[in-house]
Amino acid sequence: MADTPLADRTDAVCVIGAGGSGLAAVKSLREHGFAVDCYERETSVGGAWNWRHDRSPVSSGTHLISSRPLTEFPDFPMPDSWPDYPRHSQVLSYLERYAAHFGLREHIWFGTEVVAATPVGDGRWDVTTRSTGGGAERTQRYAAVVAANGHNWSPKPVTLEGADDFRGRILPASAYKDPAQLRGRKVLVIGGGNTGCDIAVEAAQHAAAVWHSTRRGYWYAPKFVLGRPADQINALARRWRLPLRLRQWLYHRTVRLTVGDVTRFGLAAPDHRPYESHPLVNSQLIYYVGHGRITPVADVARLEAFAVTLTDGMRVEPDLIVTATGYLPRFEFLAPQLLDMDDDGRPDLHLHAFARRHPTLAVIGLVQSDGGLFPLAHWQSVAVARWLRLRIADPARAGAVQQKESQRPIASWSRTRTVPSSRHWFEVSFVDYLRALGELIDRLEPA
Amino acid sequence: MNPIRFDDWTAPVPAVRREVLSVLPEEETDRPPVLFVPGLGHGAWAFAEHWLAHAAERGYPAHSVSPRDRGDLRAQVHDVVQVAVSLPRQVVLVGHGAGARVVARVLARYPARAAVLAAPLLDGRAALGAALRANPAGTLPALVGGRLRVNRRQLFGPGMPAERADAYLGRLVHPGARMQRQLAGRDASPAPVGDPPVLVVGSPDDRVVPRASLDRAAVRHGGAPLLFPGMGHDLMLDTGWTEPLDAILDWLDKELGG
Ligand SMILES: Cc1cc2nc3c(=O)[nH]c(=O)nc-3n(C[C@H](O)[C@H](O)[C@H](O)COP(=O)(O)OP(=O)(O)OC[C@H]3O[C@@H](n4cnc5c(N)ncnc54)[C@H](O)[C@@H]3O)c2cc1C
Ligand SMILES: NC(=O)c1ccc[n+]([C@@H]2O[C@H](COP(=O)([O-])OP(=O)(O)OC[C@H]3O[C@@H](n4cnc5c(N)ncnc54)[C@H](OP(=O)(O)O)[C@@H]3O)[C@@H](O)[C@H]2O)c1
Repeated sequence: MADTPLADRTDAVCVIGAGGSGLAAVKSLREHGFAVDCYERETSVGGAWNWRHDRSPVSSGTHLISSRPLTEFPDFPMPDSWPDYPRHSQVLSYLERYAAHFGLREHIWFGTEVVAATPVGDGRWDVTTRSTGGGAERTQRYAAVVAANGHNWSPKPVTLEGADDFRGRILPASAYKDPAQLRGRKVLVIGGGNTGCDIAVEAAQHAAAVWHSTRRGYWYAPKFVLGRPADQINALARRWRLPLRLRQWLYHRTVRLTVGDVTRFGLAAPDHRPYESHPLVNSQLIYYVGHGRITPVADVARLEAFAVTLTDGMRVEPDLIVTATGYLPRFEFLAPQLLDMDDDGRPDLHLHAFARRHPTLAVIGLVQSDGGLFPLAHWQSVAVARWLRLRIADPARAGAVQQKESQRPIASWSRTRTVPSSRHWFEVSFVDYLRALGELIDRLEPA
Repeated sequence: MNPIRFDDWTAPVPAVRREVLSVLPEEETDRPPVLFVPGLGHGAWAFAEHWLAHAAERGYPAHSVSPRDRGDLRAQVHDVVQVAVSLPRQVVLVGHGAGARVVARVLARYPARAAVLAAPLLDGRAALGAALRANPAGTLPALVGGRLRVNRRQLFGPGMPAERADAYLGRLVHPGARMQRQLAGRDASPAPVGDPPVLVVGSPDDRVVPRASLDRAAVRHGGAPLLFPGMGHDLMLDTGWTEPLDAILDWLDKELGG
């Protein structure tokens, strides 16, 4: 239904999404001299941190799990008067101030969803947008596309046998917004990620009964170690260049000395080493387990009208099930082969950012680490902007950089030894990943 | 470009309450805020004397921040960045003397809208040499960790009334031995991020920052220094203070207009 003629935006770059990653991309592209059109389907910036957005995974009680210095943009620190772990509303106000400070809003088209981005052959892209309220589609041509659409808003579907028979309520974690939803209920939380643990803790504070079902054991890191945010101690170990094995041992010791043996509390023993799964940072879960407010249970086998049977045969009788089984990335506006997606929908990108066969297509923010996301999104954005600029200024050198990058060993920037689960598709080490990006950025420096 | 910031991640600079003085234009303008960063021994007051009000009159929201008590270079850089990002729009940074050294470092992490290095103390050795020549008695103690003292002739031109000069000198505080030591070296700031336009201003008669240092600073940022002969080091307090400020603001008008 293209009713307006194709508008050619010549050298402009299209950015999709105005969450933290999209804002970083717009800013960096502008700094490198590009005209930018950013499309955001919501009516404001902030993405996941804007909990008024329907798809926001954040609830009223969410606080950061990465501490302030490892979370803030490197060139726009959060106020140092803020706590180590700010609250979600502070993160949103931070992103709003970032957008205002750098004048980013004037490049963003709100209430506009990108429905298709198609390569036209010469490295350029036709981008089709539609206003969120419906209405006509519009297609414009861009020199490059940078997707910053987030990967924590589309819940991973989970099939629970017998779900149709269950008479209670089943709530995806993304629809959980406020403890009032838990008050007085008998709650079963499924999933042992940070979301599942956060909700189990809130349920412990508000619900009548709480079971927490996980399909394996995990390492529960406290938020503070030795009086400091845990990720800062972790960074210290990296600063001292301790090898992974030693860090695993130290982690093990620290958890033993602080949290202790979790099996004593009835939790399953971890089936993997520290650093082999996405870090769980929660000081309260074990506290409430130890107070009998949370009962850890095994994986779910089957649902009945008023009961749930677990894989170890135990039966519990919740009236509310919260599924916190994580999220899957979704790129409905791109044909899967553009991102080299496999059958499971897992994209394969260089540094989780650069499309391997489309030099003018990049993704920002499709990573997850043992630190915060914004520093990674910032440096990804710098790398992408420099890459696009070098392609124009010096195609021969850009080709040479590409050649060099293709030889970068994946293990140098990606966490290759992790528990096999889609939640680790984009798991990287904060420090190793930034090192790799730093090298790439240097290579892309104009001669 | 090095994204690895272990200092920030493992030992963040502790928060303090910062003194920020501000004068805003009477009517809102579209001009960016200007943040003035004072040099050795000076505080935000040094700009509040004349420059803040004059900049505001010309349409620029004007602010200045005092260095924290005995803060070293890293702490000062942290404080300036904190104040810069607290302002509603991307700021113009104006550093004077050692404050320009701070600004040079800030530029490597915060993409300023533009920056001015006024009588910048970037080459500590050259400045120390000049200070030893101009005021050996005040300078020698600093070499062994004592307090650096400056005199009237180092900071002001001959036109400055003695009582005023002495009153200003009386307000100077000891920046701390650590900061003094750090300034004795040469600035090794990485290149600015975000590619801001940078202007260097100074005086050929400055007895703290030699002319050759001004030239070097300007060359690094691709230009020549704007010079105000007859003035002392303290361009914002000396009798001819309007001239350098007007030149800075004219330059800004031009850079921002384009
Ligand atoms: C509960 C929770 C807690 C978290 N805690 C932390 C933490 O402590 N520290 C940390 O660093 N990270 C944390 N994260 C990760 C968090 O996702 C990132 O901090 C960050 O919000 C991701 O930003 P983003 O811009 O990549 O994605 P998003 O914030 O999801 O933004 C994507 C934007 O793109 C828009 N969009 C998507 N598709 C389209 C389209 N087709 N057209 C137009 N617009 C589109 C969306 O509306 C959205 O605004 C947490 C995540 C969750 C779920
Ligand atoms: N406070 C915070 O700052 C905060 C809060 C929440 C989330 N987050 C972040 O948001 C991101 C998403 O976290 P998340 O917890 O929503 O998702 P997640 O990390 O992917 O965790 C999903 C959990 O559900 C389990 N699971 C997945 N599929 C399942 C199935 N079919 N049956 C049973 N269990 C299943 C997983 O087990 P396996 O391990 O076996 O795969 C895992 O325990 C993470 O980056 C996280 O750090 C941060």
